[in-house]
Parts: sequence; structure tokens; C-alpha cells
Amino acid sequence: MLLIQCPYCGLRPELEFAYAGQAHVARPADPSTTSPEQWAEFLYLRNNTRGIHAERWRHVRGCARFFNALRDTTTDHFLATYRAGEPMPAIQAVQQP
Amino acid sequence: MRKFSGWTLLKEAFGGQQGWTPQWRRVAPQPEYDAIIIGGGGHGLAAAYYLAAEHGITRTAVLEKGWIGGGNTGRNTTIIRSNYLFDESAALYDHALKLWENLSQVLNYNVMFSPRGVLMLAHTVHDVQVAKRHIHANRGNGVDNEWLSPEEAKAYCPPLNIERNIRYPVLGGALQRRGGTARHDAVAWGYARAADALGVDIIENCEVTGLVRDASGAMEAVQTARGLIRCRRVGVSAAGNTSVVLGLADVRLPLESFPLQALVSEPVKPAVPCVVMSNSIHAYISQSDKGELVIGAGTDAYTSYTQRGALHVNSHTLSAICELFPAFRRMRMLRNWGGIVDVTPDRSPIIAKTQVAGLYVNCGWGTGGFKATPGSGHLLAWTMARDEPHPINAPFTIERFRDGHLIDEAAAAAVAH
Repeated sequence: MLLIQCPYCGLRPELEFAYAGQAHVARPADPSTTSPEQWAEFLYLRNNTRGIHAERWRHVRGCARFFNALRDTTTDHFLATYRAGEPMPAIQAVQQP
Repeated sequence: MRKFSGWTLLKEAFGGQQGWTPQWRRVAPQPEYDAIIIGGGGHGLAAAYYLAAEHGITRTAVLEKGWIGGGNTGRNTTIIRSNYLFDESAALYDHALKLWENLSQVLNYNVMFSPRGVLMLAHTVHDVQVAKRHIHANRGNGVDNEWLSPEEAKAYCPPLNIERNIRYPVLGGALQRRGGTARHDAVAWGYARAADALGVDIIENCEVTGLVRDASGAMEAVQTARGLIRCRRVGVSAAGNTSVVLGLADVRLPLESFPLQALVSEPVKPAVPCVVMSNSIHAYISQSDKGELVIGAGTDAYTSYTQRGALHVNSHTLSAICELFPAFRRMRMLRNWGGIVDVTPDRSPIIAKTQVAGLYVNCGWGTGGFKATPGSGHLLAWTMARDEPHPINAPFTIERFRDGHLIDEAAAAAVAH
């Protein structure tokens, strides 16, 4: 089981969290002018990164708040977690030597 | 190819088993092929076999980065069934099931297909209604499925607990008698042997590192760990790594890769005569011919390529197994493992052309690809050979996500996710 650093509550076991998919996927600003291709991109297409992945988590059995994380999908190691609305940290800055 | 029979077995028995030879050639890649399949699992090997056997494209290579059948083909729980809700899905999975039924004869290789019946349990009034809806939909599509009362379910599977005093009592079940299991390794080996005999090159330890396109954007060559191979017709059948491989040609797919876990117990005498599944409390179980109970757990919550998962996922499944089969409470588990499954938003696969000319994909089988192995290989081969889909896989496009024509088995809950 993973240990996940909630930016609001601290280090907690994975069971308290819900995974919420790729982070920083913006909803189209103007739905009426959005093409079917752009809707499909927003709704369904994902990076599915093999490597460092920016993703949303929700501390559903704790503070219930959403936050973002950088995790390496080849090791499941969390490089960083940060609050929703904050910019994604530079990957070089959070990678351990 | 040396044909297997009772006679060859007997002959080798008297000859001290010294006459057996490798089942397929170990070859270096040629500089050019008419077709390349990326991914040497059951699906990819089946596609290569059907390309050679049914479409005459024998200058075909299967490129596998590890060893054949070492990915999800060697990691799944071998359940075969076709009781899916929607017409498109029922046609697709029943196509595969019909190929399973005489696969051992066609390949001259015993894949140990065992139609022992798949029993899907219902635990609530809602479950019962959903199961009966499935039964009627299946029968309308010519797929066998029948309702069993709790007593009939117990008669079919004696160790099942049908007491009413458990948290999720068994209210009945849907039984597909034509469903069952097969031997996963034999499927990969059987297809590899039969494809090799038709001239297909099976190249292991050959990771694809690039997809090369010509000036018009069409497929021209495949860059691999063992050099550049020219080919204008490339099929990708790479399961959990499909996004990575197709990313080499800048093709984005509606896929996410999750770890899916399974585990087996110590071997015991025959106790479970069929496959039992419960979608509501999430457990599925069968017994291998070696005697191990083969138990499937769920996917982990997050995307990953680690081929492992968290123990709490297995433990959740085992608590359901212990309630349904109290006799197994003291069984010891021998091994657990994970595979990486590629999941689409509607939980239906994609077997289609991509926007790149000459590049085809078979992916998105999620947690249930093994059952489709012969069918998906057959349809990918057809699609690659004719550059157009077979009527059965025509609905399973990438564009359905743009056009809204989802085949929403996820919402239908026909499968254990």
C-alpha cells in the first residue's frame, strides 16, 4: 500500500485516497464552439505516461479535498504532491539524484 | 511442423523422449516484411497466425520485447465467456468463443479449452434484474445463458455457500455453459508453433523503439533494438504498453493502464467444477488442472506500469471468496502477481485502423482480453490484410469516442472491472 502526502493533512495510507485521473486537463472554455475532436480530447484521450505522471488525487476519507501529485508510473514513487491551483513543480526540482 | 498425435507421444515414450525439437525457430529479423505485429502475446501471435493462414501473408514477423506469452497472456485467470450485454460485444466475444471450441484441432496443439461453465452470481434484487436482462439479451443474440436458482447454483457448484445469513447472500446466478477456461501458455505456444510452420518469424528480445513514417505520413519501417526493419503494414497488440508504442507515431488513444492482480492457492484435489464470478462483491475463482485455486482480484485505483499492486486489493477479493466458499478459509495462497491492462472509457476494446496509413491497433481489452484471443487475432489479421475492418470489429473504432457511439459495457456492468 502506498503512503501519500496529502498537502493539507500529511502522510496517510492509500486507502484514505481516491485516484482522480490525469491532472491539468482543462474543460473547454466555450462549449458551443468546441469541436467533437476537442470534446473527445477533453473527455477521453489521456497521456497514459510511462514515467513521471501529473495526476489528481482526492483525500476522500480525510479532508475530502482534491490535490495534485507527480508520480513515477514505473516505480509508483511519489516525487511531489501540491495543492489544486498551484502550478506543476519542475520535474528536475523534485527528482532525487 | 511435426504433427502431434497419440502415435508421436507413444513413439517418443519408447524412444526415451529424445526426439522432441524446438516448437518454433529462433531467427534474426529480416530487413523487410510484408506485415509486422508488435507484441508477442496471445493476441499478437494469433494475428500473425491468421495473417499467414487465412490471408496468405507469410512474410510476417512478431516482435516481442521480452519472451512470448510473458505479459498478460501468462498473468491472467484464463476465463472464457461471451455473455456480454450489447449486440456488438456479444458478436465479438462469441466469434472468439466459436474459435476456441475447435482451436486445439486447428492448431494441432492442446490448448486445454475446458467449457466447464461460467456462473455469475447475483446477490441483490438489482443483481437479479441485471442478470436476467443479460440472459434475455444474450439469448436474443444466440449466446447461451440461463438462470439458476440458489439451489441449482449449489448443485452445479457444490462448495458454494447459499446460506441466507451472509452479508451478500446468493440469490441465484447466470450460467453460460459454453464458457470455461483454457491453458494460457499453451495458447501462446500453440499459435507460435502454427504461425512459425507457415513461415512467420517470431523474434523475441526485440523491443520497438521507433515507428518510421514516409513523406506522405504512412508507415515505412520499424526501428527496433535489433535494427531497422522495413514494413508498410504494422499491427500493434501491446496491451498495457499500447499508449507507449503508438506514442512513437504520435497517435493518442483513449487508454489508461492499470495494474490487475491475480493469485493462486496451494494445489488441492478437485473442488470447484466451474468458473464462479461475482461482480457485486468482486471475486472470481476457478480451479486449474494442477489443482490450484485461481483467483482474480480487481485493478488498483491508479495508473501504473509496475506489474504489481497493493495487497489490500487482493485481501478485499479474498474476503469475498471466504464468504462464498467458507471451506477455503484456511487455504494458503502460493503466489500473487500483477499485469498491466489497458482500459478504455467504455470498457470495450479497439480493433481498428489508426489515422496513420498502414498502422493498425488491437487494444483496450482491459481486464478481460484472454477470452478474446483467437477472435481478436482473427479480426486484426483481417483488418490488416484488407485495410478495412471485418463487420464484427467495424464498431470497435477509435472514432467512436469522438462520435459518441460508445459500446458501454462499463455501464452495463457485464464485466467485473
